[in-house]
Amino acid sequence: MSSYRLPKGGLVDRKAPLSFTFDGRPLQGFAGDTLASALLANGQMLVGRSFKYHRPRGILTSGAAEPNALVTIGRGGRTEPNTRATVQELYEGLAAQSQNRWPSLDFDIGALNGLLSPFLGAGFYYKTFMWPAPLWEKFYEPFIRKAAGLGKASYDPDPDSYEKSWAHCDLLVIGAGPTGLAAALTAGRAGARVLIVDEGSLPGGSLLSDSATIDGKPAADFARDTSAELQSMPNVRVMMRTTAFGWYDGNVFGAVERVQKHVRDPARHLPVERLWRIVARHALLATGAEERPLIFGGNDRPGVMMASAMRTYLNRYAVAPGQATAIFTTDDSGYALARDLEAARVDVVAIIDSRPSAGVDYRGKARLIREAVVCRTKGRKAISAIEVHRGGRAETIAIDALAMAGGFSPIIHLACHRGGKPTWSAEKVAFLAPSGLKDLDLAGAAAATTDLAACLAEGAAQAKAIVEEFGWSCPPIVLPKVEGTEGTHASKPLWSIPGVKGKAFVDFQNDVHLKDIGLAVREGYSHVELAKRYTTNGMATDQGKLSNVNAIGLIAKARGVSPAEVGTTTFRPFYTPVSFGALTGPHHGHQFQPVRKSPLHDWAKKHGAVFVETGLWYRSSWFPRNGERSWRESVDREVVNVRQNAGLCDVSMLGKIEISGSDAAEFLNRVYCNAFLKLPVGKARYGLMLREDGMIYDDGTTSRLEENRFFMTTTTAYAAGVMNHLEFCAQALWPELNVRLASSTDQWAQMAIAGPKARAILQKIVDEDISDAAFPFLAAKEVALFGGTLHGCLFRISFSGELAYELAVPAGYGESVADALMEAGKDHGIMPYGVEALSVLRIEKGHVTHNEINGTVVPADLGFGKMVSGTKPDFIGKAMLQREGLAAPDRAQLVGVVPLDPKQSFRSGSHILAKGAAAALENDEGYVTSSAYSPHVGSTIGLALVKRGPSRHGEEVVVWNGLHGESTPARLCNPVFLDPQNERLHV
Amino acid sequence: MASLVPCPHCGQRPKEEFTIKGAALTRPAAGADASDWFDYVYLRDNPRGAYEEYWHHTSGCRRWIVLTRDTVTHEVAASRDAADRPRSEART
Repeated sequence: MSSYRLPKGGLVDRKAPLSFTFDGRPLQGFAGDTLASALLANGQMLVGRSFKYHRPRGILTSGAAEPNALVTIGRGGRTEPNTRATVQELYEGLAAQSQNRWPSLDFDIGALNGLLSPFLGAGFYYKTFMWPAPLWEKFYEPFIRKAAGLGKASYDPDPDSYEKSWAHCDLLVIGAGPTGLAAALTAGRAGARVLIVDEGSLPGGSLLSDSATIDGKPAADFARDTSAELQSMPNVRVMMRTTAFGWYDGNVFGAVERVQKHVRDPARHLPVERLWRIVARHALLATGAEERPLIFGGNDRPGVMMASAMRTYLNRYAVAPGQATAIFTTDDSGYALARDLEAARVDVVAIIDSRPSAGVDYRGKARLIREAVVCRTKGRKAISAIEVHRGGRAETIAIDALAMAGGFSPIIHLACHRGGKPTWSAEKVAFLAPSGLKDLDLAGAAAATTDLAACLAEGAAQAKAIVEEFGWSCPPIVLPKVEGTEGTHASKPLWSIPGVKGKAFVDFQNDVHLKDIGLAVREGYSHVELAKRYTTNGMATDQGKLSNVNAIGLIAKARGVSPAEVGTTTFRPFYTPVSFGALTGPHHGHQFQPVRKSPLHDWAKKHGAVFVETGLWYRSSWFPRNGERSWRESVDREVVNVRQNAGLCDVSMLGKIEISGSDAAEFLNRVYCNAFLKLPVGKARYGLMLREDGMIYDDGTTSRLEENRFFMTTTTAYAAGVMNHLEFCAQALWPELNVRLASSTDQWAQMAIAGPKARAILQKIVDEDISDAAFPFLAAKEVALFGGTLHGCLFRISFSGELAYELAVPAGYGESVADALMEAGKDHGIMPYGVEALSVLRIEKGHVTHNEINGTVVPADLGFGKMVSGTKPDFIGKAMLQREGLAAPDRAQLVGVVPLDPKQSFRSGSHILAKGAAAALENDEGYVTSSAYSPHVGSTIGLALVKRGPSRHGEEVVVWNGLHGESTPARLCNPVFLDPQNERLHV
Repeated sequence: MASLVPCPHCGQRPKEEFTIKGAALTRPAAGADASDWFDYVYLRDNPRGAYEEYWHHTSGCRRWIVLTRDTVTHEVAASRDAADRPRSEART
């Protein structure tokens, strides 16, 4: 006694059989089937176990709201848990697994939870597992997680690709049912750019399940012909398998198109899903309505189905629900189902109508029981009988399928995504979309219009009004003639049914039953948002599409108020689940963010560089040579070689900004805290940029190449930020200044040539005289190279403390210039050095980076107090820098630190404690900002920000690191470990 | 997930192209009181409704613009280049 395929009828292609498996069992379906219709056609009515009580569950719906029939499909990286069988199209070879059962779907140990159900009611884990507290993490939580649940995701990488795209239209129609098709056709014929999206595989929506005729044709044929006309219009785009999932600012809609979720082997050149952002001048929601379940005991037993779903399986998929069907209805839709079932020669045993009279005159064979209710079902893994109550008398009727028609709730989700609250209509007995919506309307069943002819008329009329508002003239609307529909008397909602026995489910997916809602109200959680969280009604993958309105009705009844007073929970995107793959699009792995490679990347690579990712950049960190076993060996060698001979380091990733205009000098004078107005042409100057609160923002050198042209360098990390900041200053703060900014970071390959032999090497390729007299420290000039064949910029600046230059050449020439310098320096012992050696060299010299410029330091904290101009009328940060707290004597300031025992070491981030002080927060004196092994000093050295640091040189302290359990006796000292008189710079 | 920002130079563009800085306050004059500077640097209104903000069309024309945005509905009532000061602030 189970569901089966009818010998004829339906929209499935019987000439195209498809093989698939369910829990390994081989089954057959047809092209055009969903997994659910194919399972039912094979008599497979039990498809899953429920979340909490592990109750046997079947297929409840035929669409996106399905709470029960969740299966896992695919293998390996294509595993997709919690797939709704009701929307998954069948394909050859589809392999589906049921979920939340062990060891098998038929025999599930977890079903014992049903016996524990008195302890598993609403809020059970707030009450039951409170003590003893330590058991929560170790025992209760793992136990609950194991017993309750949905499918399991795969840990394998997803082999498929995803895309993101934008679309633009005058009218976006969401839903290609009768209302949407009529709207799109009207607007399309008028000439507007129309986009119509629908989550299904075929246009038509409810027309595909309807037995009515339109203009003498079956409704499904009308849908097919209308969509063919739409597809022939160049101004209309029909997007099937596309779910509009959210409505956002600017009338932008999010949608996900399932490009290849219905095929076994996705084509490599296409994405499997495409995420759309659709910009619509206007949108029309023609999303239809959702039928509500009825809440009686055992309403979750396999074989119980929504009446509209049963009609879809019958008419669209030619699947009969069983041999003996009963229909429990609160509206006239139950009679349409009865008529269609009987026309297909499927026995209808009884129609149980809660109302005294119906809007239709039923003349079929089924027994009609008015003013009656189903109060419970019987059966084990499938329904076998119902108990019907009428006027205090109970009767048991043997059946094997039951349809329930609890009335329709308009699907208004998207209309509520921008904060509007639904309004309750007592007349329509439904929550309707918020009023006063802008650029969006609803039509058809989504606006509680139920009659098919009325839906067609409403869709066309609304589209006409919209496109005429935009200035198109609309041809007269010719409405098709609709025949063969049933009456449409409104449902008499039955929030609760008298005499219910056993568990009557409100929310199927979360196993929330009638008593849970009552318990929540009794315990004070009657506010709809609290009730949701206390009972979990309306959560998980279906987000209460079937359960929310019923729960609201029950709460209203328990509180003795109207549903209007209870209100709804908040509607948020997404309407249905959207895969992480679609949201991520192509932005993962190597495409997660851009990779920035210096113009000298290949040069570094051929010298064996080990690269490190810093932000987007790949920087050469060191260059191992034969025999070196650790990075330290390489770095020590590179450092020593710079101090003794010369080294070449790639500094192309420093930010570079060209600043020009007649007010360029004045502009720089305002963005730096030190003076730039009188910087001579041909000179570089170290500059400190502050934030408006007085803290240091960034540092770098800026050179005056011409009277009104400057070349600024920034740190690598803040290159983009400084550019944005300068643009803000130029555009928003001082638009009256004549200044132009251009980022030129990518235009230049820049290399540091440092070491006592730097000049001798560089002079071999630079045409101009670069002797100390002609090109002194801080000189900056455009120079000719290789006998005038190339021009670049040369700066005599030094981060290492040695005689040093930075040479910038057009990016495309970077590698050949670096090659030429290596060749020129061969006899001088030149070697490449990386950022690790660069770091050691600058720490030895006490130069700061963003390790020290940490957002809490002012210039004086780093020893730059005298740089700050006292005479400039204004610069960024000037006013707030005057605050007395920023000159307080106990500020953490820059100091050097060395271990007492050169064999001992410490790490950056370690804290400084006074000698003998306990390691406690109140004894914290500061911390080590940078540290490295210094070949020059012969031990680890560090820079630190320490309270009153500059006045404590020579003091013994303890460097403490609680994370690593280290404690190192050390001494504070001058942060300049090498050449404090700067003699090496000036040779 | 999505929304559009009107740039006075480029038209409606996706918000991902922009960087937002916050309230479009007027920088005090150099010699202003410490309390004016304190307000400018630290104090912000948090209105429900219209709010003037600096936005930077970072991945577009790279102009700073001033948006009048509703903090409840995100609706943008006005958008102008930050260099085009309102008449009240224009230098005479």
